[in-house]
Amino acid sequence: MYDLNKILVGLAIFLLFFTFPILYGMGSAVPVPKPKLDTPEIQKLTDKKCVEDTHFMRTSHMQFLNYWRDRAVREDHRTYESKLNGKKYDISLQNTCMKCHSNKKDFCDSCHTYASVKPYCWDCHIEPKAAKESM
Amino acid sequence: MKASRREFLKLAGVSALFGLGANAAFELLTPGALEASSEVAHGAAHGEAAAGVQAATRWAMVIDVRKCILQEDCQDCVLACNSTHNIPTVGNPKEEIKWIWKDTFEHLFPDQHSQYVDEGLEGKAFPVMCNHCDNPPCVRVCPTKATFRRPDGIVMMDMHRCIGCRFCMAACPYGARSFNWRDPRKYFEGKEAMLNPEQPTRTKGVVEKCTFCPERLAKGLEPACVEACKKRKSDCLIFGNLNDPESEVRKILRKRTSIRRKPELGTKPSVFFLV
Amino acid sequence: MIERALKGNEKYWGWVGLLLLLIGVGFACYIYQLYTGLGITGMSRDISWGVYIAQFTYLVGVAASAVMLVIPKYLHNYKKYTNVVIFGEFLAIAAVTMCLLFIIVDIGQPARVLNVLLHPTPNSILFWDMIVLNGYLIINVIVGWNTLLADKKDVPAPGWVKPFIYLSIPWAVSIHTVTAFLYAGLPGRHMWLTAIMAPRFLASAFASGPSLLILLLLLVKSVSKFDPGKEAIQSIAKTVCYAMIINVFFLCMEFFTAFYSNIPSHMHSLQYLFAGLHGHDRLVPWMWTSAFLAVVGIFIMLVPALRKQTGYLAVGCASIFLSTWIDKGVGLVIGGFIPNPFETVTEYYPTFPEIAISIAIWAIGALILTILYKIAISVREEQVETDVI
Repeated sequence: MYDLNKILVGLAIFLLFFTFPILYGMGSAVPVPKPKLDTPEIQKLTDKKCVEDTHFMRTSHMQFLNYWRDRAVREDHRTYESKLNGKKYDISLQNTCMKCHSNKKDFCDSCHTYASVKPYCWDCHIEPKAAKESM
Repeated sequence: MKASRREFLKLAGVSALFGLGANAAFELLTPGALEASSEVAHGAAHGEAAAGVQAATRWAMVIDVRKCILQEDCQDCVLACNSTHNIPTVGNPKEEIKWIWKDTFEHLFPDQHSQYVDEGLEGKAFPVMCNHCDNPPCVRVCPTKATFRRPDGIVMMDMHRCIGCRFCMAACPYGARSFNWRDPRKYFEGKEAMLNPEQPTRTKGVVEKCTFCPERLAKGLEPACVEACKKRKSDCLIFGNLNDPESEVRKILRKRTSIRRKPELGTKPSVFFLV
Repeated sequence: MIERALKGNEKYWGWVGLLLLLIGVGFACYIYQLYTGLGITGMSRDISWGVYIAQFTYLVGVAASAVMLVIPKYLHNYKKYTNVVIFGEFLAIAAVTMCLLFIIVDIGQPARVLNVLLHPTPNSILFWDMIVLNGYLIINVIVGWNTLLADKKDVPAPGWVKPFIYLSIPWAVSIHTVTAFLYAGLPGRHMWLTAIMAPRFLASAFASGPSLLILLLLLVKSVSKFDPGKEAIQSIAKTVCYAMIINVFFLCMEFFTAFYSNIPSHMHSLQYLFAGLHGHDRLVPWMWTSAFLAVVGIFIMLVPALRKQTGYLAVGCASIFLSTWIDKGVGLVIGGFIPNPFETVTEYYPTFPEIAISIAIWAIGALILTILYKIAISVREEQVETDVI
């Protein structure tokens, strides 16, 4: 075959690149994450509800945060009325979401690390100081 | 149907072009429709608080230069802004980030300055920030609308959208904008306690500037610099609604002579200096 | 036809290897820039655009210059350019690619660059610049490739290519006009706020691009069996000559308006560039070198006895290329920011990583040019051998 050696070497390199993610992650399978909701602030709540219901948050918090971002920054509407209970919330990642979910490592990061997602929110938005450890 | 590879590639290419153009076309022709049509927005939109009376407001700042220059060595407005908004102290003047700072009449009004400026004013520094122009060149040139003019006159920054092209910095005639040449968090290493946890920082690669504190305005407060000056009882910074004839800013503009920076450029700044 | 670029002698592969090395070094520097931020360059709060944007501005001109061959050949049937136009179009492809790369490396958050497409903003000239640059690239790829392919097969180019060719003519003018508009509409920068910005850009483009093209064609002649033709080269040289004269004339117009009116804001940038301002004079030697090279270049191109000699021609073209590069690539962008809106001077010098990244992008352009020219040369050599040309 024409140029057989070059082709075989090329194929080998290609296979290595292609399967690299599998090889790199071998043996490091982790259990499904269980985000913890036992922060002091949540425990103080009488009505333990988030801004919207859990299912919606789980599936759509990304789009929801984008919507909040555009509402607050671009449209200057900074109050949000929850469909769940009619409560009014300040539209703010740092001052609303993270006030209750102050355990970023056990909440946000647990699923994000598992899914290998690196949201860049935290490049700018300041992470809350978890109760037990200092940032 | 017998389709050759060539036909297939032609079809794929045209479809890709349509797909790419669709989002852009939607946004151009029906601004906001895409976001509004998503399920998330639909559900959330029902529970929205009514917007404020923004359309009727036109925010402006009046700086009483004569009062301010009596307060030599005062940096309260600058410090208040910097600490509220987590603005880093860079050290290197080439890369410095400043939203409000103090500068002299010679630098801020170079076309007005002459050798016969009165001794009280010559060489004395007073605050300057983004002018929040009515006709802002920076907004005109921004390719992503990351900087945009709100109906209430504030020229706002959307740090999420900014691509860091710095066209706005070239366009601004007043040198009001700063770029994050490096990760600003690095300047807070070891000083994390100084960060205001209610406000974000920025990240490297985006432009920033004074925004007249919209998060404070939404709560009925005045911008941080104005509040700091009032706390000191210096009353050099007056902030208010130009559309309200009885506002402080209108009253003082009726009484005192004011100038604006480079008015001949047609930008219509909303920061007035009482000289 | 790409396989033709994979056949070459030692010198060819040595050259490609050198380019790849330069690209590798620059790429590593770019990773460093991505990681640390644009602070690794010499840009500052006052000089917020530097070498990258300056190179982009200059190369848009080089890219537009293909039109100086397309118009005579396709609108006026100037037969001498028949075998040479392709080299102008391929130069345009390399130049526009470099432009796009220089823009990308200058962007602070490059991952967000698609925001320009997701949120189209027709009032921003940068939006139109993106459209016209990419459009010009596509047009030249389509036209260049298909006309060369037709040459290879010894058939006339297909009819559907013609509209693209005609489109490329106003489009070439538009890319440089739009780029000039980036600068000419900014109210705060008085060196740029002049109606003559776009005409100056075009004149300088039609001097710089074709002079580079002449140098490349002389190189093509020396490394291959294809001779572009003395008349073709002389015609291009005459284009360069008059374009450069007009370019220098336009610059003199700027001096007149600034210094006869005596308005400080009009004068200050030119003073900084050519004499120094408030004691800052870093760019003065550069600008006078550019002026000297312009005079040398124009003189050589004007005098037929000199212009017709290959040695002098090469010197003349190199002078004009360097002169316009300094004028546009160094003087215009940096000078426009000085003095700053507060009438103070912050000077600028590029850093090593910045220069390495710039050289890498020039090397990428040179690599694209090498590959495309190799293909074009091989087709032309075949035509020579079969007596088609």
